Amino acid sequence: MYDIIVIGAGVVGTCVARELSKYQANVCVIDKADDVASGTSKANSGIVHAGYDCKPGTLMAKLNVRGNELLYQLAEELDFPIKKNGSLIVCTIESERGKLDVLLDQANANGVPDARIVERDELLEMEPNLTPNAVAALYVPTGGIICPFNLAIAMGENAAVNGVEFKFETEVKNIVKKDGYYELDTNKGVLETKAVVNAAGVYADVMHNMVSDKKMKIVARKGEYLLMDKELGDYFKATIFPLPGPMGKGVLTAPTIHGNMFVGPSATDIEDKEGVNTTQEIIDDLVQKASASHLTKDRLPMNKVITSFAGLRAHEEHHEFIVEEVADAPGFFDAAGIESPGLTSSPAIAEMLVGLIQDKYNFPKNENFIAKRKGIVHMEDLSMEEKNEMIKKNPQYGNIVCRCEMVTEGEIVDAINRPIGARSLDGVKRRTRQGMGRCQAGFCTPRTMEILSRELGIPMTEITKKGEGSNMLVGKIKED
Amino acid sequence: MKSYDVIIVGGGPAGLAAAISAKKEGIDSILIIERDNQLGGILNQCIHNGFGLHTFKEELTGPEYAARFIEQAAELNIEYKLHTMVCDISHDKVVTVMNREEGMVMYQAKAVILAMGCRERPRGALNIPGYRPAGIYSAGTAQRLVNIEGFMPGKKVVILGSGDIGLIMARRMTFEGAKVQCVAEVMPYSGGLKRNIVQCLDDYDIPLYLSHTVIDIEGKDRLTGVVIAEVGPDRKPIPGTEMHYDCDTLLLSVGLIPENELSKKAEVEMSPITNGPIVDESLETNVEGVFACGNVLHVHDLVDYVSEEAALAGKNAAQYVKERYGKDVQKSGEVIEIKATDGARYTVPTSIHMDNMADLLTVRFRVGNVFKDSYISVYFNDERVQHRKKQVMAPGEMEQIILKKKALEDFDGLKTITVKIEEE
Repeated sequence: MYDIIVIGAGVVGTCVARELSKYQANVCVIDKADDVASGTSKANSGIVHAGYDCKPGTLMAKLNVRGNELLYQLAEELDFPIKKNGSLIVCTIESERGKLDVLLDQANANGVPDARIVERDELLEMEPNLTPNAVAALYVPTGGIICPFNLAIAMGENAAVNGVEFKFETEVKNIVKKDGYYELDTNKGVLETKAVVNAAGVYADVMHNMVSDKKMKIVARKGEYLLMDKELGDYFKATIFPLPGPMGKGVLTAPTIHGNMFVGPSATDIEDKEGVNTTQEIIDDLVQKASASHLTKDRLPMNKVITSFAGLRAHEEHHEFIVEEVADAPGFFDAAGIESPGLTSSPAIAEMLVGLIQDKYNFPKNENFIAKRKGIVHMEDLSMEEKNEMIKKNPQYGNIVCRCEMVTEGEIVDAINRPIGARSLDGVKRRTRQGMGRCQAGFCTPRTMEILSRELGIPMTEITKKGEGSNMLVGKIKED
Repeated sequence: MKSYDVIIVGGGPAGLAAAISAKKEGIDSILIIERDNQLGGILNQCIHNGFGLHTFKEELTGPEYAARFIEQAAELNIEYKLHTMVCDISHDKVVTVMNREEGMVMYQAKAVILAMGCRERPRGALNIPGYRPAGIYSAGTAQRLVNIEGFMPGKKVVILGSGDIGLIMARRMTFEGAKVQCVAEVMPYSGGLKRNIVQCLDDYDIPLYLSHTVIDIEGKDRLTGVVIAEVGPDRKPIPGTEMHYDCDTLLLSVGLIPENELSKKAEVEMSPITNGPIVDESLETNVEGVFACGNVLHVHDLVDYVSEEAALAGKNAAQYVKERYGKDVQKSGEVIEIKATDGARYTVPTSIHMDNMADLLTVRFRVGNVFKDSYISVYFNDERVQHRKKQVMAPGEMEQIILKKKALEDFDGLKTITVKIEEE
């Protein structure tokens, strides 16, 4: 019997797990994927939102601003990449300028620090590549960019080090409310737990509705993106937003934490909670926006697109976070409707949720809690002396496997052998950036597979892209 | 800092031929830097035959062709480093490398020869909609898995793009028992050599659908199918022409991109058409003492021409070290510009320093469309001086003209040489 099972190992689930690991509780995180951050957390804009666009007084506004503050602190403790590059919400039509004032008032009401309106001249000085149609912008210096999967990886690793158990490829089929505990029927057998945290992303409604009569509906709102070559990585310094619309924050153009640039996301509500396919219509629309100087001075060169992808936002119809114990299911805690600014809010959601859990269960403090975690060394970021020191200690750091992103064997081996280490190609990719460059893993796929095979002690034919059913090879040659 | 006369980046066919040629020109201090665990580059995985018809007048496999050069390099005692990645080339020719044994070290070169080859265009660059399951490989990656590692990426295959590697892999996968269902090519003509279409597709009854592309990719974990549709002249899918294929593998052979990230670091000027450096008759770039050859310069379809071109780069690099390096001697003489127009997409080289020109200069180029019964014409200023009929010219097959130095010298006031494709 577990004290708490967290369903979902995305940013919310892993943040909750890490927060729970500060207490002496028997905690397990389960996820149907083979790794953390495999759902909504892996495919989003990677923005640390400042909190200017949430309706004042909402939980979303409160947790966004608190999450923003927490993320910058946690980045130091847990060594995940983050950058306060600032956000600019750009108005390109004179008659809509009033909307900026509304946003500024909202920012102030929400307690967003240092937000101000920037007029055209200053704006174009800040961002010379901005469209000349820019009239003015709201500048929010606390806006930032982050690597969403590395946030979840850092949180998960630290939680694991502090005693939280992780079970992957474990899918919840049913939840049965028992007398004072819950039975989770999974593909890996039945798990028993006193409390449940529902951090199941787009499936949060499915989980919730198994235990509650007050039904919830989460709609998967798809966002498609174009990711561009690092050559365009410094095109903009800040994250550039258009004025927000009814479906969200609009299509942005922004640098990523890794030095690429992206255009996206679109917003389409879909039925399929696994529907992360890109579509011709949306890609064409994004290409059109990117090449028709939607926010940019130039038509962005479409031959610099290195990949396109889609992610799903967990949209709840009231567009508000639900972070509470379910009224008719004691011990079942929802973290539901976590769409944008969910990534930013995730540590604040965890703080709040674990506060609720502690109010109820009052687990004793974990005196051995280790707050700090060191990430994977990225050779590319080191000085020549530091690189040589690393290679002297471990020659694997001298062997570059991914040449586009300059990722070494040492980094890949570390990614596999850490707590909740990489088990698949995508796992290695998200931890090290191997295969994320302009050749999109053409060169390093066979080499990375060999390293996975060697380190995990499994045959090449069992190497997967992203867990069960996604095997890379069907067998050896000359074999039937 | 240790120094070399000539550092060659890449130990594939281009790097090897360049090194051998520089050595034969009397340069002793040569270093080839190769990132893989053996010399020979991509030839090592090209186990089919058809290499060397021009150079050796026999049909060799890729590894055999490479071996001829590797043996020669060994006989000439040319120094090389394997498992070594070049991380940077500076404008003043400091080459920074990294490997397991030495860590990160810098070498000073008098001359650098860029011979890094090319990489395959990935799916992402095409914006093919759909899911992102396992089972989508670039043709070259699949070739490595099958030919070097001995594994089968899949059993039921669709190939997008008719580049040579894709065509070769259609046959190779068929040999290994896979069912290759079709090759779709978005352009109205093939991107590969005619001989590969005949020998790799026609001989195995694999259909080639021109003006077709993949419009959807299915399968959330492993690929389960693709949808192919015909495209119009605007290359957009035509509704109603969709064909569904069940498959577990999609191979992409949709173009090769010269690998010039290092060249850019050295501030080498690039051609937007070839994606390779802009070079003169010596295959020298805008950066003095930096030369380029092989697929990093422009993508070739025959390795024989790579070797020939690389030998020229090696020879010129040697000459540079002996005659110009550190001497403030510029190339002298009239500079003639070479232009490509009317169906010719580009030329390599794009300029000639008259004093430096050899008696014969091969200028290579590609056409931008399929031309039947048309002429390759060469103009000196406005006067047509060469006019050669060709039955078929296609973008997949590289063309060449040969310029005689004497002819250039004899032409009064020559400023521009233009290569054109003409109907008559």
